[in-house]
Amino acid sequence: MLVFLARRVVAGVVLIIAVSAVTFTLIYSDGERIARLILGPDADQAAVVQRAQELGLNEPLVVQFFVWFGKVLNGDLGRSLSDHRPVLETLTSRVPVTLALVGLTLLVTLIFAVVIGLYSAYKGGWVDSGLRTFGVFGFATPHFLIAIGLVVLFALNLKLLPATGYIPPTKSLGGWTLSLVLPVTALAVGTIASASQQVRGAVLDVMKQDYIRTLRSRGIPLRAVYLRHALKNASAPGLTTLGMQFVGLLGGAVVIEQVFALPGIGSLVIASALKSDIPVIMGTVLFLVVVVVVVNIVVDLAIAWANPRSRN
Amino acid sequence: MNQPAAPLLRVENLEVEYRKAGWRKPANRVLHGVSLDIREGETLGLVGESGSGKTTLGRSILGLVPVASGQILYAGRDITHARRRDRRALAKEIQVVFQDPYSSLNPSLLVSDILSEPLRAAGISGTESRKRVRELLDRVGMPADASERYPVEFSGGQRQRIAIARALALEPRLIICDEPVSALDLSTQARVLDLLIDIQERTGVSLLVISHDLSVVRAVCHRVAVMFKGEIVEQGSTSSVIDNPTQTYTKKLLLAAPVSDPDEQRQRREARRLLAEAEPAL
Amino acid sequence: MSGELGLATTPDIPTFIRQGALRRLVKMPTVWVAAIILTTVVFYSFFGAILAPFNPNVTKLDLVNIAPFQSEYLLGGDRAGRDILSRLMFATANTIGGALIAVSVAVAIGVTIGLMAGYYGRTFDAVGAWLSNLIQAVPGMIVLIAVFVVVGPSTVVSMIVVGILIAPAYFRLVRNVVISVRNELYVDAAKVSGLSDIRIMSRHIFVVVRAPIIIEMAYIAGIALVIQAALEFIGLGSPETPTWGGMLQDSFNALYISPLAILWPSLSIVLTVLAFVFLSNAVRDTLGDPRSSGGAARKATITSAVFKGSSAIGDTTAFLAVRDLSIAYPLSKDSSRTVVNKVSLEVNRGEVLGLVGESGSGKTQTAFAILGLLPPEAIVASGRIVFDGQPLLGLAEKKLNQLRGSEIAYVPQEPMSNLDPAFTVGQQFGFAMRKKLGLSKAESRVRALALLARVNINEPERVFDYYPHQLSGGMAQRVLIAIAVSCDPKLLIADEPTTALDVTVQAEVLDLLRDLQQERSMALILVTHNFGVVADICDRVAVMKDGEIVETGDTRTIMKKPEHPYTRLLLDSVLDNVPMRAPLDPAEEVSV
Repeated sequence: MLVFLARRVVAGVVLIIAVSAVTFTLIYSDGERIARLILGPDADQAAVVQRAQELGLNEPLVVQFFVWFGKVLNGDLGRSLSDHRPVLETLTSRVPVTLALVGLTLLVTLIFAVVIGLYSAYKGGWVDSGLRTFGVFGFATPHFLIAIGLVVLFALNLKLLPATGYIPPTKSLGGWTLSLVLPVTALAVGTIASASQQVRGAVLDVMKQDYIRTLRSRGIPLRAVYLRHALKNASAPGLTTLGMQFVGLLGGAVVIEQVFALPGIGSLVIASALKSDIPVIMGTVLFLVVVVVVVNIVVDLAIAWANPRSRN
Repeated sequence: MNQPAAPLLRVENLEVEYRKAGWRKPANRVLHGVSLDIREGETLGLVGESGSGKTTLGRSILGLVPVASGQILYAGRDITHARRRDRRALAKEIQVVFQDPYSSLNPSLLVSDILSEPLRAAGISGTESRKRVRELLDRVGMPADASERYPVEFSGGQRQRIAIARALALEPRLIICDEPVSALDLSTQARVLDLLIDIQERTGVSLLVISHDLSVVRAVCHRVAVMFKGEIVEQGSTSSVIDNPTQTYTKKLLLAAPVSDPDEQRQRREARRLLAEAEPAL
Repeated sequence: MSGELGLATTPDIPTFIRQGALRRLVKMPTVWVAAIILTTVVFYSFFGAILAPFNPNVTKLDLVNIAPFQSEYLLGGDRAGRDILSRLMFATANTIGGALIAVSVAVAIGVTIGLMAGYYGRTFDAVGAWLSNLIQAVPGMIVLIAVFVVVGPSTVVSMIVVGILIAPAYFRLVRNVVISVRNELYVDAAKVSGLSDIRIMSRHIFVVVRAPIIIEMAYIAGIALVIQAALEFIGLGSPETPTWGGMLQDSFNALYISPLAILWPSLSIVLTVLAFVFLSNAVRDTLGDPRSSGGAARKATITSAVFKGSSAIGDTTAFLAVRDLSIAYPLSKDSSRTVVNKVSLEVNRGEVLGLVGESGSGKTQTAFAILGLLPPEAIVASGRIVFDGQPLLGLAEKKLNQLRGSEIAYVPQEPMSNLDPAFTVGQQFGFAMRKKLGLSKAESRVRALALLARVNINEPERVFDYYPHQLSGGMAQRVLIAIAVSCDPKLLIADEPTTALDVTVQAEVLDLLRDLQQERSMALILVTHNFGVVADICDRVAVMKDGEIVETGDTRTIMKKPEHPYTRLLLDSVLDNVPMRAPLDPAEEVSV
C-alpha cells in the first residue's frame, strides 16, 4: 500500500513540474512584453529593455524556470503586478471561498447522484425515463446559464436570496450559507445530472453480473444486494468520474464566481487575465495543479479500497 | 527399407516466456524445452490442462508469440524468429482454427469477406477468390448462400465450419487446431471432428490438435503428446498412450475423465483413488 | 455542460453497428428536433451575415435597451442600441466555426495517437497516457485564460487549445476500443492469414472504431460551444465581432434594466447544445444494443394461468416436484419464444437427479425457475413447483429469500465470475451465515474455516482473507460449494459445476459433491451436458431437448437401454464410444 502511495506521489510531483514548466514557457516566452506590462504602455523602449534585463527576463527560459521554481519551494510566488501584494497571500485569502464552493458542490453532488442513480436503477420504468430526461437537460445546459436563470428567478423576481456577494462564515454562518446556495445549486445541477447517470449505469452493469444472482440465491435480501454489493462494486468507476468531475468543477467555478461576484480563485484569475497580471496567473496555475494532484491521489486511494484487484 | 521421411514440422527444445508488465518483474517461463515432430498427413494431439503450455506452443508455431530459445523448423526451414514479411509468406503453409467460433469470426463482416480475406492477402483476384469461396463452403458442407450472411446468423457448429473453410483457403500443409470443438455441443462435436478427419484423408494436410479433452484427441489423432507445466511428459501413438500409459500424470488424466457407463465409472473412480494414494505428490 | 472538460466521454459506446440502425434513427422524435435546430443554425452560419436586417455594429440611441416586439428591432435592442437579432445571426458563424475547429483538432490528435497506442502498445501507449494525464491535470478554463494572457483574444487559437484539451478523451476512447479488438481471435486469424498491419487496422479495427468516433463528435461539438460561450461571457472573447457569449455578458450586465434581453442568447446556446446532445444520444442508442432498462428488482412475470387452479400437486410425495412448467421470452410486441415447454420432473430426498441436454435445451432455465431467479423479461406461462409441500411459483420475494440458502442452495458454473470481487472469502461466508443462522462474527468465522477445510482447501485461515482474484478456478469453485452448503440446505441445485474446470480438478470437485451429498443427505439436481458426470454421480436422469423432457429414468437403464431417439443420438455422440484413430505407421505402437 505504501509503495502504491509513493508511486502516485512521485508521479504527481513529476506532473506538477511538467505542467508548471509548460505554462511557464508559454507565458514567459516573450520577456520584453512582460517588462512592458510592468512599466505600462507608454514607457519608452530603452526603459523596457533595461527593466527586462534587471528582472532577468532575457535569460534562457530553463534558467528562469529554475529560478522561479526555487523561489516557489521557499514559499515565494512573486508579487502581483497590479497591487504588489505577495501572490501567496492573495491566493490563501481567496482559497477558502473557492474551496467552500467546490467542496459543497461535490458533497451535494455525491449525495444526490448516488441517491438518484440508485433509485433510477432500482425502479426502472417511468421513474428511470423521467430522471434520464432530467439528466439530459441538466447536463446540456451550461451552468452559467443555470446560474443566470437562478439569479433571475430567485434574486430578481422572488427576491429571496442574494444575487451577488459573499459573507465569510466567521462573520455570519447563516449569511455564508445563503450566499452560497445559488452558486452551489448552479454548479451542482449539471454535475448531479451527469453523475447520477454514471451511477445508474454502473449499478445496472453490476446488477447484470453473475455474482449478483449467486448472492441472491443465498437468500440475501435485494436491499442488501443494492446497498452493499452493487454500491461497492459500482463505486470504483464512480470514483474515477468523480476525480474528473473535480477538475471540471474547478473550471466551472471560475465562471460561477464571476456571475455571483464571489471573491474566490476563479474571479481572481479572470481579473488577473484582463490585467495581464502574470505572477498571479503562474501562481494560480501551480496552486491548482497541486490541488488536482492531491485530490487525484485521494481518489486513487479510495478506488483501491473499493476495488481490491487494482491494489497491486 | 525406406528412410523415414523428414518431418513437416519439427520443434526442438522450445522455451517461451511471458514478460509481466512492469520493469523488474521476473519473466514467467511457460514452455521448458519442448520438442516434437509432425509428419506429412499426420495428426498430432497435444493434451493438457490449463497452464500446461499447449496453447502457447500452438501460438508460437504460428508466430503469434515470441520464442526465447530453441527452434521451430518447417519443411527444413528455421521459422523460429521469422519476420512479419516471411510470416505472411508462411500463410500459404501453416493455418489455424481457433476454439471460439464466436470471436474468431469478425461479426461485422460477411462470410464471403471473411473467407476471401486470406485469398486477397495472397494476391488472388476477385473473380478467382469468389470461385474459391464457393468451393470452400462446399468442402465443409455449408450451403452456397452462406457467403452472403453474417456469422451471427449461424450456430456454433456452422461457424466452426466457416472457420475451417477459412483455414483451408490457401491450401496449407499444416493446420493448428486450438480446441476446435470445445465450445460446441456434444452432437456437433462428433460431426466437426469427422469433417477434420475427412479433410485430412482427402488432402493429406497435417493437423496439430490442441485439446484438454482426451476423448477428442483419441478420436482424431494418430499420435498424442501429453503436456504438464510446460513440458511434454509422454508421447506416442494414440493407442499406446491411452491404453498403456507409462507416466503417472497421463494415468491421472485418463482416469479423471468420467465415462458414460456407471459400472465402468465406478471402477475408474476406484482406480483413481488407488493412484492418488500410491502417488500423492502429483 | 457540467464539468465541461471533465466529462467528455459518454459511457457505453457501442462498437458494433446493428442492422437497420439508420431506419431506427429517423423514427426518433429527438432526432427530428435536433435536425431542425442544427439545420437552422448551420443555415444562419452561412447566410446570417446577408440575411440580418441591420448592421450588427450600428447603434441607435433611441433604441437602447428597448424591449422586444416594440420596434423595428424584433428581439429588442442591447445596451449600446444595437439590434439583438442581427447580432445573433452574425454571431452564428463564429460559434459554429469555433466548434468545428475544436472538434477537428480533437479528432486529429486524439484518434491518431489513440489508434497507435491501442495497436502498437508499449511506448506509444505509455507516452500517450502520460500526455493525457498532463493535459487533464489543469482545469481547462485556467489553461484558456493563460493562453489569453499570452496571445490575446482570438477565437481560432482558443478553439485550437480547446481541441487539444479534449483530445485526451478521444485518445482514451479510441485506445480502449482498439485494445479490446486487438485481443480478439479474429485479429489473430487475420495475422495468420497473412494480412499486413495496415490491412488489419483498416479492415478490422477501423470498422469498430468509427461508430464511437462519430457519436463522440456531436457531443464534443456541444462541449466546445459551451466553453467558447463561457470564455466570451467572462470577457475573454474578441471585443469587435458579435458573439453569443459576449451578448450574454452584455445582457447580464444590463439584467436589471432590460431582463428579457438575456433570453435570446441563452436560448440560442441552450438549444444548439441540446441539439448536439440529443443527436449524440440518439445515435448511440440506435447503433448499439438497446440500453438496459432499470428495474432489476422486477421479477419474472408469472401469468394468471399459473395462479388459477390449485398450486398443490396432489399426486406425488416427492421432495421437489415440477409440473408442466413453461417459460417464454418476448421477441417483439406480439411474439415470444418458448424456452421451456411443459416440463415435469421430481426429486426425492437425498436423491441425485441429472438434468442433461445441449445448449438451448432449457435445463438452466428450469433450474433458475426453481430458485425464483429468472430475469425480469421471462414469462412463466404455466406450471407448478412444489418444494417440501410449499408452492414456489408466485411466492413473495421475502418468503423465497427465507428458503434460499437454508433450504435450497445453488452452485454456479463459472467460479471466477460468481464471487463478489469487492469482498473477501470470509466476508462472503459471513453475509450468508450471519443473516440466515443468526451467528455472531466469531461463530461464523469458526464455521467457515471448518467448511473450507472440509472442501479440501489448504490453509483455510489464509484463504479466509483472500479476495476472489487471488484464488485459482478450482479453489474458487470449492469456496462456492462451501458457501452453498454452509446453511445446511436440503436441496442443492448445481448448474454445470465442473464444466469450467480442468479435468483433474473436475474429478476432485465431483468427488467432493458426491461426498457432501451423501453426508448431508441433500437432494441434488445436477445440470450437465456430460454423460460421464451423470454416470458418476446421478441416481436418475432426465434428458432435455428444445425445452422439453424427452426421457426420464434410472441412470443405469437410460445409459444402457435408451428409448428415445434423441437420447440414443446423444449417447452415440459421446466421444468415448467413437473408434480410436490408428497410427499412421502401424509399426509405431510404443510410447516414449
